[in-house]
Amino acid sequence: MARRTRVLLAKLGLDAHTIGVNVIAQALRDAGMEVIYSGLKQTPEMVANTAIQEDVDVIGMSSLSAAHMTHFPRVVELLRERGAGDKLVIGGGVIPDEDSAALLEKGIERVFTMGTATTEIIAYIEAWQAGRGAGRDT
Amino acid sequence: MSEIADRALEGCQVSGARVIRWLEDGEPRGAEAFRALYPHTGRAHLIGITGPPGAGKSTLVDALITVLRSRDLSVAVVAIDPTSPFSGGAILGDRIRMQRHATDPGVFIRSMATRGQLGGLSRATFEATGVLDAMGYDVVIVETVGVGQDEIEVVDLAHTTVVVSVPGLGDDVQALKAGILEVGDLFVINKADRPGADDTEKHLLAMLHGRAPAADGWEPTLHRTVATSGEGIDLLAESCAAHRSHLEETGALDAKAARRAEHFFLELLRSLAAQRILEDAAEDESFSYLIASVRARELDPYSAARRLVGAFELRIAKDEN
Repeated sequence: MARRTRVLLAKLGLDAHTIGVNVIAQALRDAGMEVIYSGLKQTPEMVANTAIQEDVDVIGMSSLSAAHMTHFPRVVELLRERGAGDKLVIGGGVIPDEDSAALLEKGIERVFTMGTATTEIIAYIEAWQAGRGAGRDT
Repeated sequence: MSEIADRALEGCQVSGARVIRWLEDGEPRGAEAFRALYPHTGRAHLIGITGPPGAGKSTLVDALITVLRSRDLSVAVVAIDPTSPFSGGAILGDRIRMQRHATDPGVFIRSMATRGQLGGLSRATFEATGVLDAMGYDVVIVETVGVGQDEIEVVDLAHTTVVVSVPGLGDDVQALKAGILEVGDLFVINKADRPGADDTEKHLLAMLHGRAPAADGWEPTLHRTVATSGEGIDLLAESCAAHRSHLEETGALDAKAARRAEHFFLELLRSLAAQRILEDAAEDESFSYLIASVRARELDPYSAARRLVGAFELRIAKDEN
């Protein structure tokens, strides 16, 4: 039985735009991944708990309402506190360049801005998984 | 003794979730952890929720969690969605409806993809419910994929099977045909505030009336619910608990447990045996030859399968000598 990459997609903050996240969810599914979509208006606590219970490899967070600077790093913090810091945390949405730089310093591994091709996201996740190899055991 | 199993037994969600992941991915360390957890299973009330797509199963589970939590019971959920047959990927969206419970430490929700398993469950559902049971959850709910007529595997897993329907699926409860009607312990007409609920109830009652009485003497109950508002959920939860008590009092619970263990064991045995034979065949070029022969209609599939198993037996015998 093959190992399947599991990805949590979550929308933080108060915006209600779902088209982008749906496009990404379908692209990841078509790339053979299992995508858990947890819906809109998620808090960092909800995202961290969901990621833990679902034991996903990757957490993709999207924010279009400026919630990213507080919420994204908080998710990373919560995961580390609970011993689940081995997950890849990436972000996307409307995020200015200077914010991206700050997020990268706070444990968000990569920030995809508007207009990123889904193939680029898939390639990034696959490369990360391949690099991690069989070393994942905690 | 497995360290991760110890932590799971203490209720650690990170550890329990990881063990489920290993089992789902077929990793040997999953089986190792499960060995340590298995003796601690058997306490939880296992409830299966099944019914056609769009019946509101996830919303019903969400409402049920709320009621069970108000009674101070901890709850775990395994929610199953289909795997895409083309890519092997899946979009698992059941928990969207349950996210208000995401920060409740007494609730654990796990989404699983069928990964090619038929029957309404996923490949590692039995294992996952075992892990959650061992972790100490009082109630473990399994929400099947949206099923049609014959996907009733959940009955072999659950103590209590709840079949959910909705008004307007067709004038004779189209989506609930023989198989599924015969197996339910509780029946729910969800979205009962919609037109047609009375008709649906009438048809369901008529069909249940014609059902052979259950060996354990349980009379199936019928519930009208509106999961979005919580209407009728209290009674549903009570009826679930009453069913469990009935099983305990009549001794049927032991029979169910035995059936469950046997089913789990046989499923596992089948998959291990097939895997072993296929691994063996993969080292042999006759395997691709057999497939080619079947494709060319030079050999029928029955004979091909027998020949493969025969070759396997021969090799085993040779190894023993």
